[in-house]
This record gives sequence, C-alpha cells and structure tokens, in this order.
Amino acid sequence: MRVIFDKSVPGRIGVRPSRQTGCPPPHIEPKLLREQPAALPELSEMDVVRHFTGLSRRNFGLDLGFYPLGSCTMKYNPKLNERVAALPGFAELHPLLPQLPTGERLVQGALAVLHDMDRLLSEICGMAAFTLQPLAGAHGELTGVMMIAAYHKERGNRKTTLLIPDSAHGTNPASAAIAGYEVRAIPSDADGRMDVAALKDALDASVAGLMMTNPNTLGLFEPRVREIADLVHSVDGLMYYDGANLNPLLGRCRPGDMGFDLVHINLHKTFSTPHGGGGPGAGPVGVSAKLVDFLPVSLVKERPDGSFFLDYDCPKSIGYIAPFYGNFGIVLRAYAYLLSLGKEGLLRVSEHATLNANYLKERLKPFYDLPKPGVCKHECVFSAKRQVVHGVHALDLAKALIDRGFHPPTVYFPITIPEAIMIEPTETESKETLDAFIEAMIEIAKLAETNPEEIVSCPKTTVVGRLDETRAARQPDLASLD
Amino acid sequence: MPYIANTPEQQTEMLRAIGTDLEGLFADIPSALRCAGLKVASGLPEQDVRRRMAVVADRNRADLVGFLGGGFYDHFVPAAVSAIVSRSEFATSYTPYQPEISQGVLQAIYEYQSAICRLTGMEVSNASLYDGGTALYEAIMMALRVTGRRRVVVDDSVSPIYRTMVRTYTRNLGIELVETSSRIGLADREALARVINDQTAAVAVQNPNFFGCLDDFSDVAELAHRHGALLIASAYPVSLGIVKTPGAMGADLVVGEGQSLGMPLSFGGPYLGFMAARKEHVRKMPGRIAGRTVDAQGRQGFVLTLQAREQHIRREKATSNICTNQGLCALTALVFMSLLGKQGFRELALSCAEKASYAAQRLQAIPEVRMRFGKRWFFNEFVLELPVAADRVIRRLLEKGFAAGFPLGRYYPHMEKSLLVAVTEKRTKEEIDLFAHTLEVSL
Repeated sequence: MRVIFDKSVPGRIGVRPSRQTGCPPPHIEPKLLREQPAALPELSEMDVVRHFTGLSRRNFGLDLGFYPLGSCTMKYNPKLNERVAALPGFAELHPLLPQLPTGERLVQGALAVLHDMDRLLSEICGMAAFTLQPLAGAHGELTGVMMIAAYHKERGNRKTTLLIPDSAHGTNPASAAIAGYEVRAIPSDADGRMDVAALKDALDASVAGLMMTNPNTLGLFEPRVREIADLVHSVDGLMYYDGANLNPLLGRCRPGDMGFDLVHINLHKTFSTPHGGGGPGAGPVGVSAKLVDFLPVSLVKERPDGSFFLDYDCPKSIGYIAPFYGNFGIVLRAYAYLLSLGKEGLLRVSEHATLNANYLKERLKPFYDLPKPGVCKHECVFSAKRQVVHGVHALDLAKALIDRGFHPPTVYFPITIPEAIMIEPTETESKETLDAFIEAMIEIAKLAETNPEEIVSCPKTTVVGRLDETRAARQPDLASLD
Repeated sequence: MPYIANTPEQQTEMLRAIGTDLEGLFADIPSALRCAGLKVASGLPEQDVRRRMAVVADRNRADLVGFLGGGFYDHFVPAAVSAIVSRSEFATSYTPYQPEISQGVLQAIYEYQSAICRLTGMEVSNASLYDGGTALYEAIMMALRVTGRRRVVVDDSVSPIYRTMVRTYTRNLGIELVETSSRIGLADREALARVINDQTAAVAVQNPNFFGCLDDFSDVAELAHRHGALLIASAYPVSLGIVKTPGAMGADLVVGEGQSLGMPLSFGGPYLGFMAARKEHVRKMPGRIAGRTVDAQGRQGFVLTLQAREQHIRREKATSNICTNQGLCALTALVFMSLLGKQGFRELALSCAEKASYAAQRLQAIPEVRMRFGKRWFFNEFVLELPVAADRVIRRLLEKGFAAGFPLGRYYPHMEKSLLVAVTEKRTKEEIDLFAHTLEVSL
C-alpha cells in the first residue's frame, strides 16, 4: 500500500478546526514562525479513514485469532474496559487539577480508583504498597532498580552488581545497566531452573539484588525460590520479581510470600489491557514494607473521613519518575477487569492458563522436542531441533503457522534454548481453538519431514513475503521526507 | 466465569489428556508458598461494573471550563480518530515481531516517523517513547552516548515537571546537571554562555517554554555546536503548525509531549513521548524504529530495524531498556495529523494563537492585571501577573466553574501572583469573555 503522503492531493482538507469570528489574527514576530506549513498529507476524511482501514486489514490482532505469543500473555481484552476508560469523567480530567488549591476535591473519583487499585494489587501480590506510575514493564523495572539503589544508599551499602538469570527477559539486564549496575548472569541447571550452586558462587558483598521471574521464562515454577531469597537476603541483597509471568499464580501464590521485596506487573499482560501494537502499557511496582519510603512521589492516601489526597511529602523517595500518576487510562481498564473477575475469577484465570498450556504441551510433545518436560505453568517451550535436521527452523515454523491463520508463538527466546518455540495460550482460549492450533502444528511437523520446501517458503498468504531485513538495516529508509 | 471459554466437561477432557487432575497442575508449587485465599471481593457482572464506574467518574470535575495547560492541553479530537484507533486489528496486536502479518502497524509507525520529521524539521524519528519527560531524559542519555561527555545544561524555562524527572533518572549516574535561570520569560543567553563549555554534552531548551513564551534558539544551537555539544529542543507539536521548527533552528534532537495530537487528558496518561534527530545519530537512538524495505518479489514492506540497539538483542549493552512503548498513541497522533492535514494543522495552530491572543487582550485590560513578561511573543499560553496570590483567584474561579490556569508559584517560588493561562481552539469567544469578567469580579 502506498504511504499516506503519496496519496496527498494539494488543497484537500479532512477536518477543519473551529475558528472564531471576531478574534484578530495573532501577532507573532515573523522570525519565530515557520516558512512553510508542515508537509502533512492533504486528504479528505474518507481518504484517511480508508487508508487506515486498509492498513488495519494488513494487521493481525487478538480479535482475529489465536495469538500464543510466549511471555506476552495475549489474553482477550474485554470491551467493557474500553467503555470505562472513555467515560468523560475520566477521559477529560486534567492531570494538573490536584495541584490547584482545593484541587483534590475535584478528582476524588480518580484518586479512589488509584487507591483501590494499589490495595488490590498489594493483596494479589502480597506486597505492602504499589506505585501505579511506571508507564510500561521496563519502566517498572527501572523504577524498581532505582529503589534498590536508594535502599542500599540509605544503609551505606556499597553494592555494584545485580544478578540476573541467563534465561531472563532482555529488559532486566538493560534496566539494571541503565540504573548504573553491573550485571552478573546466573546459569540455569539441567532442569531449566536457576542453578542454586552457581547462585551461591556468585553471591558476595557487592550484590545489590537478584531479578527473576517465577515461573521462569521456560514456564517452570522455581520451587526453591524461598531458599534463593534467603541466600540473597543473607548479603543484604533485594529480591526483584519480574511480573511478566504472574498470570498462572493469580489467587494461588504471591511474590511477597515467596520472599520478593519488589514486584513489577504488566497490566497489558496479566490484567487484560490491549497491547496497542506496542503500547501503551503500564508497569506498576509493588514493594515490601522495608521499601515503602522509597516509592516515587506522589502517593495516594486516604484520610480518616474517607477522602483521598496526594502525598508529596516523601523525603526518602527516589523522586518523580512520570509526569503524573501513571498511564491512568490503562490503570482504569485493569481496574474494571479486576472488578469483573473478583476473587473467584482470579483463581479461574490461573487455573485455565495453566490447564491450556499443559494441554498444548502434552498434545505437541510427540511431535516437537520438549527440552524441559514436566508440568508447566502458563507457557511451554519447545525446540525446533527435530525439524532443523530437515532444514526447517523455528522461524520457518512460525511463518507456516501464519499461513494457517495463527499468530506464531515467540521464537528464539529464551536464548538458553536453541531454536526455541515459546507458546503461551492464556486462559481465554477454548479447547476448540487449542485443538485447531495443535492440528496445524502437527501438520507442519509432518510436512517438515516430508516436504520441508513447503515450510521454508512460507508465508504465501500474506500481503508481503519475508522481508529483506539486512537491506532495511544497511540502507535505512526510516521516513518519507518532503 | 468472565472471559473463560472452557466448559467443565472440556476441562475434564483436557485434564484426562494431560494425565493429571487440577491439583496436579499446581503440584510444583510447595504448599508453604500457597496462598490461603485473597481478601478480594467477588466479581461483578458487566452492567454492575459499568454503573459503579459511572458513579466513580461522576466524582471528578471534568466539566470545568479549562484554561489549564502547563504542557497538557484540552484540544478537540475529531470523531474519525477514535473510530480508526479503536479498530481491534490495531488495538489488540502486540509489538510487530512478525512483519508479514503486521504491515498495518509497521507502515503506520513509518508514516508516524515521517509525520514527526516533517513537523519538527528533522530527518529521523523513533516509534515513540512514554511521555515528554522520559523523552527528554532519553535525549539527554543519547547526547551522552554521542559526545562521550557527562555534563548537561538545562534551562529552567523547560517544564519543571520534566526537570524533576530528569533529576530522578540521572541522580546515580555521575552526570553533572546544570540548571540556568531564565530572564524575563526566556532562556538567558549570557547565563548559557557562562556554563556551556567543552565538557558539555547537551543543552536542553523548550519552545514554547513552560511560560508559554516563544523563542528562536538558533544562536543557542550555534553556541552549543561551537563547544561540540548537542542542542536538545522540547516542543509542543500543535504549535509547530505555525511556529519555526527546531530543525530550522539547528536542533540536534527534538523531543516532546505528543498528548495534544489527539489524546484525551485522561488524568495523566497514556500520552506520547516523541523523539526526532539528525540522521547521523540514528544508531544511538533509543526505542523501536520502523524502516521500509522489500520482499523477495520486490514488493514494498516495513520492518522493525536497527534492532542491534535494543534490549532484546543487546541486553545490558542496549541504548535503552524500552520495550513496550506507546504504539497506539503514536497511531492516534498520526491519524490526528492526517485528518487535519497540511492546511488544517496550520489552521489549528492559528486558531489556538488567535484565541489566546484575544484572551490575553481581554485579561490584561482588567485593572491591576498585566502580562508578566510584557511584550514577549507567545503561542497559546501566557503568564498573567495578578494583584493577589494566584491561588486565591484560582479558588474563587473554581467555584464559578473555571479552571483558571496554573499557579506558577508551585514551581517558581518568586511567582506566587503569576497565573499561567492556556487557551486552545476548544474555548469559545463567549467562554473567554465570561472568564475575563469572572476573573475581574473575583479580584
């Protein structure tokens, strides 16, 4: 499809802004003005609507079909939540209102949502308090790591290193490094769990903490997590929980009870807010009692009379990490989701997320190499090892799934599993959908043996074939300039 | 149960296929780690959630006639914006890791990058950052990577909200952050010349600045470049409908808050951080970037590119930790800019400026009220100097249904009587007249 600028017709206009008669033209010194209007496209409203409707048809979304992208928890995004976020009482609320004199009175509804969400997430995760400010998961990680640094600074600890398992998400080491820490990788053992002996070797006085997911990125629960926490705490290190994989634990097992001091959760994963083709998400961070003082400014608190206020008096806080109170519209959606689920609903989420993943794993086990057998939690990780001997790689399998109407699983992650295929079905999918996916995976596995060329030439049903990524990087065309 | 499809019969069947029971699925969690039961209320049907949230929403005063800005503006959003952006092919997709079935999002990112470049007068843009404040922080970090230096100069006419955020992020990193004091509403050239030196990585300025004043930073860019430093300009995108671009002023990095491009105020987010740069610096940029390429048959297509900068490849050596960004907000901005188009976007800026200029005229006609920064040029926001504390006036006007503006004393202690007033195209002449009248009788 032509880019929108190439469809431009000089003189055409889509939406005209309201102009007031009776206002004199603004008087601004010419040298402060631009010489030419910005070369934005010139199109009618219908042209624009057709262009983007056309683009939308070239995009796969969760509402079109199964999206088993491992580690991303692509569960159904309830429509109710969109309606709630669009209520004018929320959508049209200016974030600076609370800073006006008596301003808190103007936003009591919004503060009530933030306060209640803090309480709900604290209960679900077993933490003392949450900040809802972090604007994405990785932003939550950075916020958490800055709190780790503040904790050690206050205690006079000289800590330089964060421990991170080799199977961790790339954001973990990146967040640690950006906050000024060195990263030391901890290997996995033969079972795919953290190698506790290696952890003991890596522990010394320089260790500020350990960042981990549980279940880990292989979808396996780390049963020795309390022992790991005790070890890290023994050098006054802190335990950081990456909540990307929280879904199978909801209502059953809490990071706080496992010994974690900090938790970030992804509202766009576990709590059903739409991912938007790459955000916006939200990455609230919860902390145990010993870290509450370091939470970012401001905190939403309740007065004895039941009214809410923003507390800016936080002398030990790491400071301001977001302009206001977080991605409030995303928090609202997640809040509506939690109201819908309730206590029972949370248990059903973890139950069916785990059931669906194990069902897929057992049905596909005869056809694909399963490096770490045993019960999994929300996702399972296969390897394309058996298919590679026929010249078919994980990426080829992914493209073959596209031709069969499915979004592929995550491939080549975690990096500890060669040719990884990481499948996360989520609880919202039905057995029929899983069965259809399983049939497609089995057909592809058989085809890989009998006719591998059929697989490596996929996808064939899409608007473009495999794209030349080398050319994209070597001769970058990153914008259509006027 | 809401949002669960499997029936009890299917569940039994699936457990049989797995060869376990429900307990067996969780046998790997030691009993000491099991949770006894959450103190969470029972779930509610959709209708009840809707009713309850409508009641909560009514406890907010989103109905005030707004002259409050401070970097976050109440602009009109055309109906077609939400109609397009709410399409679930866009809204319910993940980051486009599989380009063949993500051409819609990828092309939209490419077009967004193009629109941001055309708007700011720059050559490259990324796919988005979280907000204007984190965008400024990311630009500063990028300037450190480009120059290999550790000293950054920020003028105090840059949003104090962003400056406090930058202080938080740079605190432990051994970065020398120097703040200069503005003079009569503009960045003080002499103060800047005193602190910009050969150790300076970047100079950060804002246009229009936090006081709403317009500036031309061409001379500051020259000064920065003479010392091998980069000029970072934070910009208000709607103003660029008429205002000179940071690119034309010689800026090396342009960042800003994109909320005004079609996003509701929504009590602070989700918003949009944008970042544009000169081509030579693109490999040091943070965040996703889409690029145009071809498939084996020569058909045009789009991919995420230059990924060797990113966390999922480089881990601790990445240029940034950013992963999920503000994809749908970037799409919103692109649709907004496309609907208004070349002419409409210019008219939008003119409309804001006209109404602001009218409001300034009306307000400074009130006895004892004057423009704090005299004859400084402004776009759609300006500072009124009141005869009494701004807080007092704001309180009285709130009672009459107006959000009169922002009290600058919050961030600038010597400015208790200063009121920052913003006017967008949404305000009518009648509202402005009534506002001026109400303010006059409230003094």
